Amino acid sequence: MPKIWTIVDKEWAEVFKNRLVLFTVIFMPILFTALPLIMVAIGSSQADMGDATDMPASYMEMCGDLTGAACFTLIMVNQFLLLFMMMPLIIPVTIAAYSIVGEKTTRCLEPLLATPITTAELLIGKSLAALIPGVLATWLSFGVFAVVAYIMVQSPELLRRILDPMWIIAIGLVGPLLALAGINVTLMVSSRVSDPRTAEQVSTLLVLPLLGLFFAQIAGVLMVNAQVMQLAAVIMAAVDAGLVYLGVRAFQRETILTKWK
Amino acid sequence: MIHTENLTKKFGDRTAVEALTLDVREGEVFGFLGPNGAGKTTTVRMLTTLIGPTAGTATVNNFRVGQDDTAIRRCTGILTETPGMYDRLSAEKNLMIFAHLYEVADVKGQVEKYLRLLGLWERRNDLVGNFSKGMKQKLAICRALLHEPAIVFLDEPTSALDPEAARLVRDFIEEIKTQGRTIFLCTHNLDEADRLCDRIGVMKQRLITVDTPANLRNKLYGCKVVFHLREADDALLARVRALPFVKEAQRMDNKFVLGLDDPETHNPTLVRLLVEAGADIQFVGELRHSLEDVYLSLVGSTD
Repeated sequence: MPKIWTIVDKEWAEVFKNRLVLFTVIFMPILFTALPLIMVAIGSSQADMGDATDMPASYMEMCGDLTGAACFTLIMVNQFLLLFMMMPLIIPVTIAAYSIVGEKTTRCLEPLLATPITTAELLIGKSLAALIPGVLATWLSFGVFAVVAYIMVQSPELLRRILDPMWIIAIGLVGPLLALAGINVTLMVSSRVSDPRTAEQVSTLLVLPLLGLFFAQIAGVLMVNAQVMQLAAVIMAAVDAGLVYLGVRAFQRETILTKWK
Repeated sequence: MIHTENLTKKFGDRTAVEALTLDVREGEVFGFLGPNGAGKTTTVRMLTTLIGPTAGTATVNNFRVGQDDTAIRRCTGILTETPGMYDRLSAEKNLMIFAHLYEVADVKGQVEKYLRLLGLWERRNDLVGNFSKGMKQKLAICRALLHEPAIVFLDEPTSALDPEAARLVRDFIEEIKTQGRTIFLCTHNLDEADRLCDRIGVMKQRLITVDTPANLRNKLYGCKVVFHLREADDALLARVRALPFVKEAQRMDNKFVLGLDDPETHNPTLVRLLVEAGADIQFVGELRHSLEDVYLSLVGSTD
Protein backbone atom coordinates (compact mmCIF):
# COMPACT_ATOMS: atom_id res chain seq x y z
CA MET A 1 0.00 0.00 0.00
CA PRO A 2 2.68 2.62 0.78
CA LYS A 3 3.98 2.37 -2.79
CA ILE A 4 0.47 2.85 -4.16
CA TRP A 5 0.11 6.06 -2.14
CA THR A 6 3.54 7.20 -3.29
CA ILE A 7 2.29 6.88 -6.87
CA VAL A 8 -0.95 8.70 -5.98
CA ASP A 9 1.06 11.47 -4.30
CA LYS A 10 3.36 11.76 -7.30
CA GLU A 11 0.48 11.85 -9.76
CA TRP A 12 -1.35 14.55 -7.85
CA ALA A 13 1.80 16.59 -7.36
CA GLU A 14 2.44 16.47 -11.09
CA VAL A 15 -0.93 16.36 -12.77
CA PHE A 16 -2.49 19.24 -10.83
CA LYS A 17 0.23 21.50 -12.15
CA ASN A 18 -1.31 20.98 -15.59
CA ARG A 19 -3.64 23.93 -16.14
CA LEU A 20 -6.06 22.00 -18.37
CA VAL A 21 -6.48 19.29 -15.75
CA LEU A 22 -6.88 21.84 -12.99
CA PHE A 23 -9.44 23.75 -15.04
CA THR A 24 -11.43 20.55 -15.67
CA VAL A 25 -11.36 19.54 -12.01
CA ILE A 26 -12.44 22.97 -10.76
CA PHE A 27 -14.66 24.35 -13.52
CA MET A 28 -16.70 21.26 -14.34
CA PRO A 29 -18.11 20.68 -10.82
CA ILE A 30 -19.02 24.38 -10.54
CA LEU A 31 -20.80 24.33 -13.91
CA PHE A 32 -22.56 21.02 -13.33
CA THR A 33 -23.76 22.12 -9.89
CA ALA A 34 -24.94 25.49 -11.11
CA LEU A 35 -27.01 24.20 -14.06
CA PRO A 36 -29.60 22.14 -12.09
CA LEU A 37 -29.75 24.86 -9.45
CA ILE A 38 -30.57 27.41 -12.15
CA MET A 39 -33.37 25.07 -13.24
CA VAL A 40 -34.64 24.94 -9.66
CA ALA A 41 -34.55 28.74 -9.48
CA ILE A 42 -36.40 29.14 -12.79
CA GLY A 43 -39.01 26.56 -11.75
CA SER A 44 -39.53 28.28 -8.40
CA SER A 45 -40.06 31.66 -10.07
CA GLN A 46 -42.90 30.34 -12.24
CA ALA A 47 -46.15 30.90 -10.33
CA ASP A 48 -48.36 28.91 -12.63
CA MET A 49 -47.51 26.90 -15.73
CA GLY A 50 -50.88 25.26 -16.12
CA ASP A 51 -51.76 21.72 -15.30
CA ALA A 52 -49.30 18.84 -15.31
CA THR A 53 -51.79 16.97 -17.48
CA ASP A 54 -50.51 19.12 -20.36
CA MET A 55 -47.28 17.10 -20.22
CA PRO A 56 -46.55 14.01 -22.35
CA ALA A 57 -47.64 10.69 -20.83
CA SER A 58 -44.08 9.64 -19.85
CA TYR A 59 -43.57 12.93 -17.99
CA MET A 60 -46.93 12.55 -16.30
CA GLU A 61 -45.81 9.19 -14.95
CA MET A 62 -42.75 10.83 -13.39
CA CYS A 63 -44.61 13.87 -12.03
CA GLY A 64 -47.68 12.19 -10.52
CA ASP A 65 -49.76 14.84 -8.83
CA LEU A 66 -47.21 17.67 -8.99
CA THR A 67 -48.29 21.07 -10.29
CA GLY A 68 -47.26 22.08 -13.80
CA ALA A 69 -44.44 24.33 -12.52
CA ALA A 70 -43.14 21.67 -10.14
CA CYS A 71 -43.30 19.04 -12.88
CA PHE A 72 -41.33 21.31 -15.22
CA THR A 73 -38.73 21.88 -12.51
CA LEU A 74 -38.43 18.16 -11.78
CA ILE A 75 -37.99 17.24 -15.44
CA MET A 76 -35.40 19.93 -16.08
CA VAL A 77 -33.48 19.15 -12.92
CA ASN A 78 -33.47 15.46 -13.77
CA GLN A 79 -31.95 16.25 -17.17
CA PHE A 80 -29.12 18.11 -15.59
CA LEU A 81 -28.58 15.68 -12.75
CA LEU A 82 -27.45 13.24 -15.44
CA LEU A 83 -24.49 15.55 -15.86
CA PHE A 84 -23.35 14.55 -12.37
CA MET A 85 -22.80 11.08 -13.80
CA MET A 86 -20.57 12.49 -16.54
CA MET A 87 -18.36 14.28 -14.05
CA PRO A 88 -16.74 11.18 -12.51
CA LEU A 89 -16.06 10.00 -16.04
CA ILE A 90 -14.62 13.14 -17.58
CA ILE A 91 -12.40 14.27 -14.67
CA PRO A 92 -10.60 10.91 -14.15
CA VAL A 93 -10.16 10.42 -17.88
CA THR A 94 -8.54 13.85 -18.16
CA ILE A 95 -6.22 13.08 -15.25
CA ALA A 96 -5.40 9.54 -16.42
CA ALA A 97 -4.72 10.65 -19.97
CA TYR A 98 -2.14 13.19 -18.82
CA SER A 99 -0.62 11.09 -16.06
CA ILE A 100 -0.06 8.00 -18.19
CA VAL A 101 0.93 9.56 -21.47
CA GLY A 102 3.04 11.97 -19.42
CA GLU A 103 5.17 9.04 -18.26
CA LYS A 104 5.89 8.29 -21.87
CA THR A 105 6.65 11.81 -22.98
CA THR A 106 8.99 12.46 -20.06
CA ARG A 107 10.56 8.99 -20.37
CA CYS A 108 10.15 8.40 -16.67
CA LEU A 109 8.65 4.97 -17.06
CA GLU A 110 11.84 2.93 -17.21
CA PRO A 111 13.35 4.21 -13.95
CA LEU A 112 9.92 3.85 -12.34
CA LEU A 113 9.58 0.23 -13.43
CA ALA A 114 13.13 -0.49 -12.27
CA THR A 115 12.03 0.12 -8.67
CA PRO A 116 10.58 -2.74 -6.60
CA ILE A 117 7.04 -1.56 -7.35
CA THR A 118 4.79 -4.23 -8.85
CA THR A 119 2.84 -3.61 -12.05
CA ALA A 120 -0.41 -3.96 -10.09
CA GLU A 121 0.73 -1.34 -7.54
CA LEU A 122 1.69 1.04 -10.35
CA LEU A 123 -1.61 0.66 -12.19
CA ILE A 124 -3.72 0.79 -9.02
CA GLY A 125 -1.84 3.92 -7.92
CA LYS A 126 -2.43 5.59 -11.25
CA SER A 127 -6.09 4.55 -11.31
CA LEU A 128 -6.73 5.82 -7.78
CA ALA A 129 -4.97 9.09 -8.52
CA ALA A 130 -7.41 9.61 -11.37
CA LEU A 131 -10.50 8.13 -9.71
CA ILE A 132 -10.46 9.82 -6.30
CA PRO A 133 -10.56 13.50 -7.42
CA GLY A 134 -13.33 12.79 -9.95
CA VAL A 135 -15.53 10.90 -7.52
CA LEU A 136 -14.91 13.31 -4.63
CA ALA A 137 -15.64 16.31 -6.84
CA THR A 138 -18.89 14.67 -7.95
CA TRP A 139 -20.02 13.78 -4.45
CA LEU A 140 -19.11 17.21 -3.15
CA SER A 141 -20.97 18.91 -6.01
CA PHE A 142 -24.05 16.76 -5.48
CA GLY A 143 -23.88 17.51 -1.75
CA VAL A 144 -23.79 21.24 -2.50
CA PHE A 145 -26.65 20.85 -4.96
CA ALA A 146 -28.73 18.90 -2.40
CA VAL A 147 -28.21 21.49 0.34
CA VAL A 148 -28.99 24.47 -1.91
CA ALA A 149 -32.01 22.67 -3.42
CA TYR A 150 -33.25 21.92 0.11
CA ILE A 151 -33.11 25.64 0.88
CA MET A 152 -34.63 26.78 -2.44
CA VAL A 153 -37.43 24.29 -3.06
CA GLN A 154 -40.63 25.11 -1.20
CA SER A 155 -42.68 22.04 -2.10
CA PRO A 156 -41.77 19.03 0.07
CA GLU A 157 -43.16 16.70 -2.60
CA LEU A 158 -40.94 18.22 -5.31
CA LEU A 159 -37.92 18.14 -3.00
CA ARG A 160 -38.53 14.47 -2.24
CA ARG A 161 -38.61 13.71 -5.98
CA ILE A 162 -35.57 15.83 -6.81
CA LEU A 163 -33.51 14.16 -4.09
CA ASP A 164 -34.75 10.72 -5.11
CA PRO A 165 -32.66 7.78 -3.75
CA MET A 166 -32.21 6.85 -7.42
CA TRP A 167 -29.59 9.58 -7.59
CA ILE A 168 -27.72 8.00 -4.71
CA ILE A 169 -27.36 4.87 -6.88
CA ALA A 170 -26.55 6.97 -9.93
CA ILE A 171 -23.99 9.26 -8.39
CA GLY A 172 -22.75 7.03 -5.58
CA LEU A 173 -22.36 3.85 -7.63
CA VAL A 174 -22.89 4.19 -11.38
CA GLY A 175 -20.70 7.29 -11.59
CA PRO A 176 -17.62 5.70 -9.98
CA LEU A 177 -18.17 2.55 -12.09
CA LEU A 178 -18.21 4.74 -15.20
CA ALA A 179 -15.04 6.43 -13.97
CA LEU A 180 -13.32 3.07 -13.53
CA ALA A 181 -14.32 2.09 -17.06
CA GLY A 182 -12.98 5.40 -18.38
CA ILE A 183 -9.66 4.94 -16.60
CA ASN A 184 -9.26 1.40 -17.88
CA VAL A 185 -9.99 2.48 -21.43
CA THR A 186 -7.53 5.37 -21.03
CA LEU A 187 -4.87 2.95 -19.79
CA MET A 188 -5.34 0.78 -22.85
CA VAL A 189 -5.50 3.66 -25.31
CA SER A 190 -2.42 5.19 -23.71
CA SER A 191 -0.33 2.20 -24.67
CA ARG A 192 -0.94 2.95 -28.33
CA VAL A 193 -0.80 6.75 -28.53
CA SER A 194 1.71 9.40 -27.59
CA ASP A 195 -0.59 12.38 -27.20
CA PRO A 196 -2.71 12.78 -24.05
CA ARG A 197 -5.45 14.49 -26.06
CA THR A 198 -5.89 11.40 -28.25
CA ALA A 199 -6.19 9.15 -25.19
CA GLU A 200 -8.63 11.58 -23.64
CA GLN A 201 -10.76 11.91 -26.76
CA VAL A 202 -11.04 8.16 -27.31
CA SER A 203 -11.84 7.49 -23.65
CA THR A 204 -14.49 10.18 -23.42
CA LEU A 205 -16.46 8.27 -26.04
CA LEU A 206 -17.80 6.49 -22.97
CA VAL A 207 -19.88 9.61 -22.40
CA LEU A 208 -22.00 8.62 -25.41
CA PRO A 209 -24.30 6.18 -23.53
CA LEU A 210 -24.93 8.91 -20.95
CA LEU A 211 -25.68 11.43 -23.65
CA GLY A 212 -28.02 8.85 -25.18
CA LEU A 213 -29.81 8.63 -21.83
CA PHE A 214 -29.88 12.42 -21.61
CA PHE A 215 -31.50 12.86 -25.01
CA ALA A 216 -33.81 9.85 -24.58
CA GLN A 217 -35.13 11.50 -21.45
CA ILE A 218 -35.56 14.89 -23.14
CA ALA A 219 -37.46 13.20 -25.97
CA GLY A 220 -39.62 11.41 -23.43
CA VAL A 221 -38.55 8.01 -24.84
CA LEU A 222 -37.03 6.84 -21.57
CA MET A 223 -37.42 8.13 -18.06
CA VAL A 224 -34.48 7.70 -15.73
CA ASN A 225 -35.68 5.85 -12.66
CA ALA A 226 -34.34 3.51 -10.00
CA GLN A 227 -34.75 0.44 -12.27
CA VAL A 228 -32.79 2.09 -15.09
CA MET A 229 -30.05 3.04 -12.65
CA GLN A 230 -29.88 -0.43 -11.12
CA LEU A 231 -29.64 -1.91 -14.60
CA ALA A 232 -26.92 0.62 -15.47
CA ALA A 233 -25.01 -0.31 -12.30
CA VAL A 234 -25.13 -4.02 -13.16
CA ILE A 235 -24.07 -3.39 -16.77
CA MET A 236 -21.23 -1.08 -15.72
CA ALA A 237 -20.02 -3.56 -13.08
CA ALA A 238 -19.85 -6.25 -15.78
CA VAL A 239 -18.13 -3.88 -18.23
CA ASP A 240 -15.61 -2.88 -15.54
CA ALA A 241 -14.85 -6.50 -14.69
CA GLY A 242 -14.13 -7.16 -18.37
CA LEU A 243 -12.03 -4.02 -18.75
CA VAL A 244 -9.99 -4.70 -15.60
CA TYR A 245 -9.33 -8.25 -16.84
CA LEU A 246 -8.23 -6.95 -20.25
CA GLY A 247 -6.20 -4.19 -18.62
CA VAL A 248 -4.26 -6.60 -16.40
CA ARG A 249 -3.59 -8.86 -19.38
CA ALA A 250 -2.57 -5.96 -21.59
CA PHE A 251 -0.30 -4.20 -19.12
CA GLN A 252 2.52 -6.57 -18.47
CA ARG A 253 5.72 -4.80 -17.41
CA GLU A 254 7.49 -5.59 -20.67
CA THR A 255 4.53 -4.44 -22.74
CA ILE A 256 4.43 -1.16 -20.89
CA LEU A 257 8.11 -0.58 -21.38
CA THR A 258 8.39 -1.57 -25.02
CA LYS A 259 5.07 -0.13 -26.21
CA TRP A 260 4.74 2.97 -24.07
CA LYS A 261 7.27 4.87 -26.15
CA MET B 1 28.03 -10.65 -9.03
CA ILE B 2 26.40 -10.87 -12.45
CA HIS B 3 26.35 -14.12 -14.33
CA THR B 4 24.58 -14.87 -17.57
CA GLU B 5 24.40 -18.15 -19.44
CA ASN B 6 23.27 -18.10 -23.08
CA LEU B 7 21.04 -15.14 -22.34
CA THR B 8 18.95 -14.42 -25.42
CA LYS B 9 16.30 -11.88 -26.25
CA LYS B 10 14.21 -11.87 -29.41
CA PHE B 11 11.62 -9.32 -30.45
CA GLY B 12 9.56 -11.22 -32.99
CA ASP B 13 11.99 -12.41 -35.65
CA ARG B 14 14.72 -10.00 -34.62
CA THR B 15 17.38 -11.23 -32.23
CA ALA B 16 18.52 -8.37 -30.00
CA VAL B 17 20.85 -10.39 -27.79
CA GLU B 18 22.16 -13.79 -28.75
CA ALA B 19 23.45 -16.39 -26.29
CA LEU B 20 25.25 -13.95 -24.02
CA THR B 21 27.47 -15.71 -21.50
CA LEU B 22 29.17 -13.27 -19.17
CA ASP B 23 30.60 -12.90 -15.67
CA VAL B 24 30.94 -9.55 -13.96
CA ARG B 25 32.94 -9.62 -10.74
CA GLU B 26 32.09 -7.94 -7.49
CA GLY B 27 33.46 -4.41 -7.20
CA GLU B 28 34.61 -4.04 -10.78
CA VAL B 29 33.64 -1.46 -13.35
CA PHE B 30 32.57 -3.48 -16.35
CA GLY B 31 32.37 -1.60 -19.62
CA PHE B 32 29.84 -2.77 -22.17
CA LEU B 33 30.67 -1.49 -25.62
CA GLY B 34 28.95 -1.94 -28.92
CA PRO B 35 27.45 -0.02 -31.82
CA ASN B 36 23.87 1.28 -31.77
CA GLY B 37 21.43 -1.62 -31.79
CA ALA B 38 24.06 -4.05 -30.52
CA GLY B 39 21.83 -5.16 -27.64
CA LYS B 40 23.47 -3.26 -24.79
CA THR B 41 20.32 -1.60 -23.49
CA THR B 42 18.33 -4.80 -23.97
CA THR B 43 20.92 -6.64 -21.88
CA VAL B 44 20.69 -4.01 -19.13
CA ARG B 45 16.91 -4.22 -19.23
CA MET B 46 17.03 -7.99 -18.85
CA LEU B 47 19.50 -7.78 -15.97
CA THR B 48 17.40 -5.15 -14.20
CA THR B 49 14.30 -7.34 -14.78
CA LEU B 50 12.56 -4.72 -16.88
CA ILE B 51 12.08 -7.25 -19.65
CA GLY B 52 12.30 -11.01 -19.58
CA PRO B 53 14.78 -13.10 -21.56
CA THR B 54 13.56 -15.29 -24.40
CA ALA B 55 16.09 -17.99 -23.47
CA GLY B 56 19.04 -18.55 -21.17
CA THR B 57 19.54 -17.67 -17.53
CA ALA B 58 20.98 -14.81 -15.52
CA THR B 59 21.73 -14.16 -11.88
CA VAL B 60 22.32 -10.73 -10.37
CA ASN B 61 23.77 -10.60 -6.86
CA ASN B 62 22.88 -14.32 -6.61
CA PHE B 63 19.22 -13.62 -7.42
CA ARG B 64 17.76 -15.32 -10.44
CA VAL B 65 16.30 -13.13 -13.18
CA GLY B 66 12.66 -14.13 -13.73
CA GLN B 67 12.31 -15.60 -10.25
CA ASP B 68 13.65 -13.04 -7.78
CA ASP B 69 12.87 -9.90 -9.75
CA THR B 70 11.81 -7.75 -6.81
CA ALA B 71 14.95 -8.71 -4.89
CA ILE B 72 17.06 -7.79 -7.92
CA ARG B 73 15.36 -4.41 -8.24
CA ARG B 74 16.09 -3.74 -4.58
CA CYS B 75 19.83 -4.34 -4.95
CA THR B 76 20.35 -2.62 -8.30
CA GLY B 77 20.28 0.99 -9.38
CA ILE B 78 19.84 2.11 -12.95
CA LEU B 79 20.73 5.25 -14.83
CA THR B 80 18.73 5.06 -18.03
CA GLU B 81 19.83 6.51 -21.34
CA THR B 82 17.66 9.59 -20.79
CA PRO B 83 17.41 10.94 -17.24
CA GLY B 84 13.59 10.57 -17.14
CA MET B 85 12.87 12.97 -14.29
CA TYR B 86 9.52 14.57 -13.51
CA ASP B 87 10.03 18.09 -14.86
CA ARG B 88 7.09 19.62 -13.01
CA LEU B 89 8.39 18.46 -9.64
CA SER B 90 11.32 19.76 -7.62
CA ALA B 91 14.61 17.90 -7.45
CA GLU B 92 13.93 16.92 -3.86
CA LYS B 93 10.39 15.70 -4.59
CA ASN B 94 11.69 13.61 -7.49
CA LEU B 95 14.17 11.85 -5.23
CA MET B 96 11.70 11.49 -2.35
CA ILE B 97 9.32 9.60 -4.62
CA PHE B 98 11.98 7.14 -5.67
CA ALA B 99 13.34 6.79 -2.15
CA HIS B 100 9.86 5.71 -1.03
CA LEU B 101 9.53 3.30 -3.95
CA TYR B 102 12.94 1.80 -3.12
CA GLU B 103 11.81 1.42 0.50
CA VAL B 104 14.68 3.55 1.81
CA ALA B 105 14.57 3.70 5.62
CA ASP B 106 15.84 7.26 6.06
CA VAL B 107 14.24 8.96 3.07
CA LYS B 108 15.09 12.55 3.98
CA GLY B 109 18.62 11.70 5.06
CA GLN B 110 19.47 9.79 1.90
CA VAL B 111 17.95 12.44 -0.36
CA GLU B 112 19.96 15.16 1.37
CA LYS B 113 23.15 13.07 1.29
CA TYR B 114 23.07 12.57 -2.47
CA LEU B 115 21.85 16.06 -3.31
CA ARG B 116 24.77 17.46 -1.34
CA LEU B 117 27.21 14.94 -2.80
CA LEU B 118 26.39 16.01 -6.35
CA GLY B 119 26.17 19.70 -5.54
CA LEU B 120 22.40 20.02 -6.01
CA TRP B 121 21.35 20.73 -2.44
CA GLU B 122 20.99 24.47 -2.99
CA ARG B 123 18.75 23.82 -5.98
CA ARG B 124 16.63 21.17 -4.27
CA ASN B 125 13.40 23.21 -4.43
CA ASP B 126 13.79 24.16 -8.09
CA LEU B 127 11.66 22.45 -10.71
CA VAL B 128 13.67 19.86 -12.61
CA GLY B 129 12.29 21.27 -15.85
CA ASN B 130 14.54 24.30 -15.28
CA PHE B 131 17.67 22.16 -14.85
CA SER B 132 20.41 21.83 -17.46
CA LYS B 133 21.08 18.41 -19.03
CA GLY B 134 24.09 17.94 -16.79
CA MET B 135 22.11 18.71 -13.65
CA LYS B 136 19.33 16.34 -14.70
CA GLN B 137 21.92 13.64 -15.31
CA LYS B 138 23.43 14.21 -11.89
CA LEU B 139 19.99 14.01 -10.35
CA ALA B 140 19.35 10.75 -12.20
CA ILE B 141 22.61 9.40 -10.77
CA CYS B 142 21.41 10.40 -7.28
CA ARG B 143 18.22 8.48 -7.95
CA ALA B 144 20.15 5.38 -9.02
CA LEU B 145 22.15 5.42 -5.77
CA LEU B 146 19.55 6.50 -3.19
CA HIS B 147 18.98 2.97 -1.91
CA GLU B 148 22.72 2.18 -1.83
CA PRO B 149 22.55 -0.60 -4.43
CA ALA B 150 25.31 -3.19 -4.67
CA ILE B 151 25.19 -3.02 -8.46
CA VAL B 152 24.73 0.09 -10.55
CA PHE B 153 23.82 0.00 -14.23
CA LEU B 154 24.82 3.15 -16.09
CA ASP B 155 23.55 3.46 -19.64
CA GLU B 156 25.45 6.15 -21.52
CA PRO B 157 26.00 8.31 -18.43
CA THR B 158 27.84 11.12 -20.21
CA SER B 159 26.07 11.15 -23.55
CA ALA B 160 24.75 14.59 -24.55
CA LEU B 161 26.67 16.27 -21.75
CA ASP B 162 29.10 19.12 -22.24
CA PRO B 163 32.74 18.30 -21.41
CA GLU B 164 32.56 19.88 -17.97
CA ALA B 165 29.41 18.02 -16.94
CA ALA B 166 30.76 14.79 -18.44
CA ARG B 167 33.90 15.15 -16.38
CA LEU B 168 31.88 15.70 -13.22
CA VAL B 169 29.89 12.56 -13.91
CA ARG B 170 33.04 10.54 -14.66
CA ASP B 171 34.66 11.75 -11.45
CA PHE B 172 31.58 10.67 -9.56
CA ILE B 173 31.65 7.23 -11.18
CA GLU B 174 35.28 6.89 -10.04
CA GLU B 175 34.17 7.87 -6.58
CA ILE B 176 31.41 5.28 -6.36
CA LYS B 177 33.84 2.71 -7.72
CA THR B 178 35.97 3.25 -4.62
CA GLN B 179 32.93 2.40 -2.47
CA GLY B 180 33.15 -1.18 -3.70
CA ARG B 181 30.04 -1.15 -5.84
CA THR B 182 29.87 -3.16 -9.02
CA ILE B 183 29.31 -0.88 -11.98
CA PHE B 184 27.98 -2.04 -15.33
CA LEU B 185 28.73 0.79 -17.73
CA CYS B 186 27.27 0.98 -21.23
CA THR B 187 29.02 3.62 -23.23
CA HIS B 188 29.96 4.81 -26.69
CA ASN B 189 32.70 6.92 -25.22
CA LEU B 190 35.77 4.74 -25.62
CA ASP B 191 38.05 7.13 -23.81
CA GLU B 192 35.66 7.00 -20.88
CA ALA B 193 35.61 3.20 -20.96
CA ASP B 194 39.41 3.12 -21.13
CA ARG B 195 39.74 5.37 -18.12
CA LEU B 196 37.02 3.92 -15.92
CA CYS B 197 36.68 0.24 -16.71
CA ASP B 198 38.53 -2.69 -15.21
CA ARG B 199 37.27 -4.96 -17.96
CA ILE B 200 35.44 -4.41 -21.19
CA GLY B 201 32.97 -6.56 -23.09
CA VAL B 202 32.43 -5.79 -26.75
CA MET B 203 28.97 -6.68 -27.93
CA LYS B 204 27.24 -6.89 -31.27
CA GLN B 205 24.12 -8.99 -30.73
CA ARG B 206 26.51 -11.56 -29.27
CA LEU B 207 29.53 -11.02 -27.07
CA ILE B 208 32.65 -10.64 -29.20
CA THR B 209 35.23 -10.51 -26.43
CA VAL B 210 35.83 -9.64 -22.77
CA ASP B 211 39.13 -8.51 -21.25
CA THR B 212 40.95 -5.63 -19.66
CA PRO B 213 41.57 -2.64 -21.96
CA ALA B 214 45.34 -3.35 -21.87
CA ASN B 215 44.92 -7.03 -22.74
CA LEU B 216 42.55 -6.21 -25.58
CA ARG B 217 45.23 -3.95 -27.07
CA ASN B 218 47.91 -6.55 -26.59
CA LYS B 219 45.82 -9.31 -28.06
CA LEU B 220 45.13 -7.33 -31.17
CA TYR B 221 48.28 -5.37 -31.69
CA GLY B 222 50.81 -6.89 -29.32
CA CYS B 223 52.87 -4.62 -27.16
CA LYS B 224 55.13 -2.18 -28.93
CA VAL B 225 57.92 -0.10 -27.44
CA VAL B 226 59.54 2.88 -29.14
CA PHE B 227 63.21 3.72 -28.53
CA HIS B 228 64.09 7.25 -29.57
CA LEU B 229 67.82 7.42 -30.35
CA ARG B 230 70.08 10.35 -31.22
CA GLU B 231 71.24 8.32 -34.22
CA ALA B 232 70.07 4.94 -35.45
CA ASP B 233 71.27 2.66 -38.20
CA ASP B 234 70.30 -0.66 -39.75
CA ALA B 235 73.27 -2.52 -38.26
CA LEU B 236 72.10 -1.69 -34.77
CA LEU B 237 68.56 -2.66 -35.73
CA ALA B 238 69.83 -6.06 -36.92
CA ARG B 239 71.51 -6.68 -33.54
CA VAL B 240 68.26 -5.82 -31.75
CA ARG B 241 66.22 -7.98 -34.11
CA ALA B 242 68.46 -10.94 -33.34
CA LEU B 243 67.40 -10.97 -29.70
CA PRO B 244 65.07 -13.92 -29.02
CA PHE B 245 62.39 -11.92 -27.21
CA VAL B 246 62.03 -9.29 -29.93
CA LYS B 247 59.11 -10.40 -32.07
CA GLU B 248 59.21 -7.57 -34.51
CA ALA B 249 61.54 -4.62 -35.17
CA GLN B 250 61.21 -1.60 -37.43
CA ARG B 251 63.36 1.47 -37.93
CA MET B 252 61.61 4.82 -38.49
CA ASP B 253 64.32 7.46 -38.88
CA ASN B 254 66.02 7.54 -35.51
CA LYS B 255 63.38 5.45 -33.81
CA PHE B 256 63.17 1.70 -33.28
CA VAL B 257 59.66 0.31 -32.93
CA LEU B 258 59.91 -3.11 -31.28
CA GLY B 259 57.27 -5.72 -30.68
CA LEU B 260 57.73 -7.35 -27.26
CA ASP B 261 55.79 -9.88 -25.22
CA ASP B 262 56.80 -8.53 -21.85
CA PRO B 263 58.25 -4.99 -21.98
CA GLU B 264 58.75 -4.69 -18.24
CA THR B 265 61.18 -7.67 -18.30
CA HIS B 266 62.91 -7.00 -21.59
CA ASN B 267 63.21 -3.20 -21.71
CA PRO B 268 66.21 -3.11 -19.30
CA THR B 269 68.05 -5.70 -21.42
CA LEU B 270 67.39 -3.70 -24.57
CA VAL B 271 68.52 -0.43 -22.95
CA ARG B 272 71.75 -2.11 -21.80
CA LEU B 273 72.44 -3.55 -25.25
CA LEU B 274 71.83 -0.24 -27.01
CA VAL B 275 73.98 1.74 -24.56
CA GLU B 276 76.81 -0.82 -24.83
CA ALA B 277 76.53 -0.54 -28.61
CA GLY B 278 77.16 3.19 -28.29
CA ALA B 279 73.63 4.43 -28.92
CA ASP B 280 72.38 7.55 -27.16
CA ILE B 281 68.86 6.83 -25.90
CA GLN B 282 66.79 9.97 -25.67
CA PHE B 283 63.68 8.30 -24.27
CA VAL B 284 61.68 5.09 -24.29
CA GLY B 285 57.90 4.87 -24.56
CA GLU B 286 55.03 2.52 -25.23
CA LEU B 287 53.35 2.72 -28.62
CA ARG B 288 49.76 2.68 -27.42
CA HIS B 289 46.83 1.93 -29.68
CA SER B 290 43.66 3.70 -28.66
CA LEU B 291 40.71 1.68 -27.44
CA GLU B 292 38.93 3.08 -30.46
CA ASP B 293 41.32 1.18 -32.74
CA VAL B 294 40.70 -1.97 -30.73
CA TYR B 295 36.94 -1.48 -30.73
CA LEU B 296 36.68 -0.73 -34.44
CA SER B 297 38.85 -3.70 -35.23
CA LEU B 298 36.74 -6.03 -33.07
CA VAL B 299 33.38 -4.76 -34.25
CA GLY B 300 34.54 -4.55 -37.86
CA SER B 301 35.73 -8.15 -37.77
CA THR B 302 32.16 -9.34 -37.22
CA ASP B 303 30.74 -7.61 -40.32
